[in-house]
This record gives sequence, C-alpha cells and structure tokens, in this order.
Amino acid sequence: MKKYILKRILISIVLLFFVAMVIYGIMRCIPTSYVEKMAREKASLPGGKSYTEWLAQLNQIYKMDTNVFEGFFSWIGTAITGDFGESWQYNVPVVAKFKEVIWDSFILAFITLILRVAISIPLGILSARKQYSKTDYAVTVFALIGISLPTFFFATVLKLVFSIQLGWLDLYGKVGRFYNQLSPFGQFLDIAKHYIMPVLTLTLVNIGDLMRYTRTNMLEVLNSDFIRTARAKGLSERVVINKHAFRNTLIPIVTILGNTLPGLFGGALITETLFQIPGIGYISYQAMVSGDIPFTMFYMLFMALLTLGGTLLADILYAVVDPRVRIS
Amino acid sequence: MNEKANCVVEDNGLSPLEPGGQPPIALDDERRIKVLSPGMLVFKRFVRNKLAIAGSIIIIAMFLFSFVGGALMPYGESQVFKGYEIMVKNYAAVTRNDSLLYTVAPGQKFDTIAQSRMILAITKNADTFESSGVSYTLTKEGEDLYVVGSLSVVAQGKGIKNKFTLNPADGVTLPGDFTARFEAAIAAGEKSFETADGQSFLLQTSKVQATVSQVREIAIASKNVFVGRLENDFSFHLAAERALADLTQAGFTINGQAYAITRHEDGSATLTDTAGDEIAHVSRWIFKESEVGTVYPEGFASAVQQAISEGSASFTLLAADGQEQLFTVERSNLQYMVRTQKPTYKIMVYYPPSQEHWLGTDANGMDVMTRLMYGGRISLMIGFVVVLLETVLGVILGGVAGYFGKWVDNLIMRLVDIINCIPGYPIYIIIGAIMDAEKVDPTRRIFYLMIALGILGWPSIARVVRGQILSLREQEFMTATEATGISVSRRIFRHLIPNVIPQLIVMGTMSLGNIILIEATLSFLGLGVKYPLASWGSIINAVSNVFVMTNYLFVWIPAGLLILLTVLGFNFIGDGLRDAFDPKMKR
Repeated sequence: MKKYILKRILISIVLLFFVAMVIYGIMRCIPTSYVEKMAREKASLPGGKSYTEWLAQLNQIYKMDTNVFEGFFSWIGTAITGDFGESWQYNVPVVAKFKEVIWDSFILAFITLILRVAISIPLGILSARKQYSKTDYAVTVFALIGISLPTFFFATVLKLVFSIQLGWLDLYGKVGRFYNQLSPFGQFLDIAKHYIMPVLTLTLVNIGDLMRYTRTNMLEVLNSDFIRTARAKGLSERVVINKHAFRNTLIPIVTILGNTLPGLFGGALITETLFQIPGIGYISYQAMVSGDIPFTMFYMLFMALLTLGGTLLADILYAVVDPRVRIS
Repeated sequence: MNEKANCVVEDNGLSPLEPGGQPPIALDDERRIKVLSPGMLVFKRFVRNKLAIAGSIIIIAMFLFSFVGGALMPYGESQVFKGYEIMVKNYAAVTRNDSLLYTVAPGQKFDTIAQSRMILAITKNADTFESSGVSYTLTKEGEDLYVVGSLSVVAQGKGIKNKFTLNPADGVTLPGDFTARFEAAIAAGEKSFETADGQSFLLQTSKVQATVSQVREIAIASKNVFVGRLENDFSFHLAAERALADLTQAGFTINGQAYAITRHEDGSATLTDTAGDEIAHVSRWIFKESEVGTVYPEGFASAVQQAISEGSASFTLLAADGQEQLFTVERSNLQYMVRTQKPTYKIMVYYPPSQEHWLGTDANGMDVMTRLMYGGRISLMIGFVVVLLETVLGVILGGVAGYFGKWVDNLIMRLVDIINCIPGYPIYIIIGAIMDAEKVDPTRRIFYLMIALGILGWPSIARVVRGQILSLREQEFMTATEATGISVSRRIFRHLIPNVIPQLIVMGTMSLGNIILIEATLSFLGLGVKYPLASWGSIINAVSNVFVMTNYLFVWIPAGLLILLTVLGFNFIGDGLRDAFDPKMKR
C-alpha cells in the first residue's frame, strides 16, 4: 500500500513537471506585442512602475530573453520556492494575494459540496430504486437540466428574481454596503446572505453529475447477484437497500468525492465572476482578462496541481475503500 | 361482420392456412422469430425512450430554427433597423427682446464698439458719434428705431477763395446738377445742399480745401424682430421699419413691391404682400429654432405670441404637409420653450416584440429573432466541428496507444494526463483576452476558439478508445486479422475502431452539449464569438447592463432558453443512446 501510494505520488510529481513545462510554453507563445501593450497600459496607471520596469520584472521571473528550456528551468527553480513574482493587476506578490482570497472560495465550494452530496446521493438512490418510474424520469430530467443549465443564465435569472423583483438579496459582492457598521454576528449574516445565490447556482449546476453517477452505480449494484441473494433470503427491502446495496455504492462515490476535494480550493471561475465574490476564481478572472501574466501562470499551475491531487486522492481512496483493488 | 372476422384470424396468426397456400407454421417455428439487426435493436430501444425522443425533437427543431429559419428570415444577421418614432422635441425657444437689434447694410461694417458708442450717443441725445475714426450720424426715427448713417466723402477739391475744383471720389457718380448746387451753396455759405433727385450732401470748407460728403444709412437699430420668409434685404428692412414706426402708415412700397401692414393689439404687426400672403411677423419676441434649418409654419410667430399672451399651454397649426401639428408652450424663467411632437428617424433600439420583430430588437437595433437563428448556426457549428476535431484526434491517438501498447501507450497516455491537467477556462480566457487586444477578425476568432477547444478536449475520448481497444485486441477476431495478414492501419481503423463507435457516439453527443455551454459562457464573458457575429451567449451578454436585464427580458430570456434546450436535447439523446447501446443497465 505504501509502495503504491509512493509510486503514484512520484508519477504525479513528474506529470506536474511536464504540465508546468506546457504552461510555460503557452506563456511564451503569447505575442510580444500583447505583453508590451499590457505593460504600457500598466505603466500609464497612476503610481505604477514604468514600462521598462514592468518588462524587466517579467524578464527576471520568466527569462524571456533566453531560450525556452533555460527560461523554464530558471522559472520553475524560483516557483518551487513559492516565489511567483508580483501580480501586475494587484501590485502585491502573487502568493500573498492568493492567501488573501483562497478562503472565500473554499467556503463557497465547501457549502456547495455539502448541499450537493446531501441532495444528489439520496435522489440518485431513489431514482435507481424506482427505475423507469415517474420519479425516475423526474429526477433524471432534473439532473440533466442541472447539467445543461448555463451557469450565467441561471445566475442572471436568480438575480432578476431575488435581487431586482423581490429585492431580498444584493446583486453583487461578498459584503453589503453597511458591513462595517454591523456587529460580528450581523457581519456573518451579511456574508451568508451574499452567499445564497452563488451557492444556489453552484449547487444546481453541479448536482446532476453526482446524481447520475449515484444512479448508475446503484443500478449496477442492484443488478448484482448478492442483492438477489439478499432478497431471496427474505430480507426487507429497507435492509437490502440500506445495508447491502448502499454500502457498495459508496465505493465509487467516495472515490469521485475524493476527486473533487482538492477542487474545493480551485474556486468557481464563472460563478464567482458573475456574483463578484472575491475568491480565487474571480480574482484570477480579472487577472487573466487584464493580462496579468504572473498571476495567470500561478493560477494555471495551481489548477493543474489540484487536478493531479484529485486524481491521486481518488486512486488512493479507491484502494483504501475497496480491498479488491489493493490485492491487484 | 365478415371483414372483422377475417382481421381477427390474420391478427392472431391462428389461420390454418397461410396466404399463398403454404403449410401452417408451428407455434415454435424459428420463422416466427423476427430477427433484428443490432442497429435496429439499438434504434428500437432508443425510440422506446421518451426522453431520447424528446431530445431528438428538440435538436431537430433547433436545426430547423437555426438553418432553415435563418434562410427564410427576410432580415440579415447584422441588419440594423431604423425607423421613425414620434418624439416630443424642443422646437423653438422664445424670449422677449429688450435690447436693440442691428441690421447692417451689405458691405458695411458696424461692429460692437460702434454699437456701444451709438448707445452712449442715444443716452446723451447726440446726433453724431465717432468710432474707430469713422464718424456716424444718428437719427431717431421712431420709438426704439434708430437709423445710423455714415459720412462718406463723395468729392474733394482744392481752390482759393470760394473757387474750388472738385474731383469725385472713386466709383461715385454725381448727379448732373451737383456742381451748380455746390457752387450755390458755397456762395450762400450753407453747410449742406440738395440735388434735384433728393440726395442731400454735407459740405466742409476751409480756405484752400472743400470736402463734400454724403450721409448713407448703414445700419438700423430696432427692438423689432422679424420672423418669416424674408430675404436679408437692407432696403426692405429700412422701409419696413420706417413704415412700422409711423403708426399712420398702413403699407409701404420698396423695390417696386407693395406691402401692407396689419397691426395687432399687443404691438406686433404682420406684413403681407399684395397677394395677401404673410411675409413676416414683427414683434418684440426672439425666436430661436432648436434645430438648424427649421422653417416655421405660416403664422407660427403670431400663434406663439397669442398663446403666451393668453397664457394657454398649447396651440395647433397647419404644418406644411397640411396636417395639424400640436405645439406646447412651456415657460422656464424668462424663456418660453415651444415643443412639438416630431417624427424622428433613429435606430430602433430595444423595441418590444411586434409584428415585424417577433422578439423585438437589441441594443444595436438588430432583430433579436434573426440574431438567435444565426447565433444558433454558429453555436451548433462550433459544437459539431469541435466534436469532430476531438474525436478524430482522440480516435487516432487512443487507437494507436491501445493497439501498440508498451512505450507508445505510455507516451500517449502521459500526454493525455498532462493535457487533462491543463485547466480549460483559463486557457480560453487568456486566448480570448489576447485576441481582444490584438483585434483579431471575428470570423478567425471562431476558428482559433474551435482549435483550442478541440486540442483540450480529445484526451477523454482517447482514454475511452484506448481502454476499449486494449480489451478488444485480445479477442479471437483480432488474431484472425493478424493471421490473414491485414495491414496494421486497416486492423486498427477497420476492425477495432468500429467496435468503439457506440461509445464514441455517446461521448460525442454528450460533449456537444458541453462545448455549446463553454462557447456560450465564453461569448457571454465577451471572450468568444464577437459582434457583429451573433451567438446565443453574446446575446445574453446584454444583461451586464442591469437596466437591460430588468426591462428588456425579451432580449436575453429566449437566448438562455435556447441554450438550455439545446444542451438538454443533446444530453437526452446521449443518455438515450447510452441506454440503447448498453442494455445491461436494464433490469
């Protein structure tokens, strides 16, 4: 087991190295004219550094003047120490900005995950138990609508209904206008109120996948021989479903949840941008749109790391949960 | 009765004799079993799935809407609609005139310095004044009517003791009896004289020199304002002002034309020509048109004045086209604003749904329905091209990896892992931002977008293809292909890949929906398909303006529903296909 985990981690590190190389390559493909234009724009802002200073700073991190490989090794050398340079958009070190915003994203994603699990797993099981019934159709259609719903459209409809027509919630932002005058508990409520719509959006959009996955796995389990045996023994349907079937369904579900855990830190790029929640997603969106190369590089590498971490965690969890995998 | 009986017999297949006189088929005869091809089986299972049928109908409807609808629609993708709209517009500003207005003769100068000197002269009751070295005469010819004349030298001469020889100034023709009258005046010691045709001259003499000058009217200063169809003719103005100042006169003649004056109670007057048409309205009110080039309808000035004096808020007049036009008069401080409803030619921005525009028009005055159709074309096209691209890449790389195994498999699968790790949205957003900054042509943007989507999309397909091929290649039929000496590429693409096609179709359908979603999201963010090309996402982009989001639902709600329906349709079909291809899931 230890050997297996160690091997997987080593493979992941090698992969990460190559992913970093690809990302660096993509960055080097950005037209020089674009970089110069952005640097000039940044230089024209009040209190900013001069045009040459920006370019020199970029050169210092990415070694744009050397060849791709030399530049890459020099960059990865500094990046490994946690130094990703200074963000162009926010004028602070990239890592400092990241630390500042990451928890907003995490809280948002965490609440969503809880809701997602709490809603989609029971519904998936229900749908599998009553396959081809009206309930099954309803749940399937609901799940597919969730998958098919464009995030931005749903968010806009929510805003129209709750912010504009009912006037209950604010259109944008993480805190309200009078946040600073509120008591600590009031501040908490204020933030919670601002999280309602983003959480609603994220939950509905993400619910479908897990629901379908649960349904498929539950169906597979329900079709297997040991369930027939359990039924033949005369066990009640409740026991068959809850004890025999559900536990076996948990194996793939735990695995897929393990896959999503690192993603909790990844931020919801589109949703955060739509509601202007200052998490990692919204912050990086602004950085990317305004040509903030250091922050973008960091964000892409961070996302790659999370994806790798997710796969790794899923594989390990699978081995932990299912003893059959460990043997092979 | 007989027919019915026949039917029953045929239906239950219990007839002792088959049609054609063949011997009866036993109940367990093999011929009774209808054998369906695998394709037909899949099709039957698919058709039995209600959701899949619903999805198919949605997608067919979308195709008809986008491609056929777009072709039938009389409007173009980026056709801007313009039209007349009745708007209440400022028509003219009316203010009471309390200062003197100057009318200057053509070719003469009467600048502001001279004007202020004149005012001084009026207050001092002087009849001459000087400005910039030119001397002027001032004649008060009526209340608030002053005529300014300027002395211009007509002849000069030198001589001794009342004997002068005069030389006329350049370009001046003197009347015939000029010299005789001049000498008579010198002899009489007078300062002025008149010739027979009524011209008067001023005389200045010294011992050795004589100067004869003439007074010419060069400017009129009056508080009267003329509104109407008149040419800027100084002599007409002068004659009219003189006639108006003399309350006894009911008309005047100038340049061979006779004009009549009708005086009104409020001090204004109307000038009419011999035919009785109104030439001008004369009053103490200044009319300033709000739009350059406005021609006031006949009787406008008197009607406004009447409305002001009566305190009424509106009046109607016959416009040039014979239609009645309603004017409203509004007072603001010392000014009266005359407003009227006027058809204005403008771009039809955010028009609500109507007969011509079923879903109204958008911010650019384009027909929303047409934009939706063309947007559908682009969204569907992007979806299909990208799916094709990623399927081709995925099948080739996955097939090669699965068939050859060993290091080839390892290499390709690690590549799959690497590309899988590269986050999609950041890449698309950066590409979009760069293309924005470089001002890439909208059509080329779409190609770049499709390439980016395709390159990042193939790994999942490659994975599935590889997995399938890994298990398939161990089967007997592959050993057979090897034994018969079929070439490697034929073995992969003719014998292995067809076995993966069910999975490919399911994955392709599902990812179609996904790609349409990504494209719509990017276009919504303004980083995908760009104006003037339409896309469902970019149509919804209008909601970034909260006012549009709240008030013009007809612009963005249909686009959102179309995206939802299309993606849902593809997902329904994909789901149905998966169930149809893989009936294991059925109980």
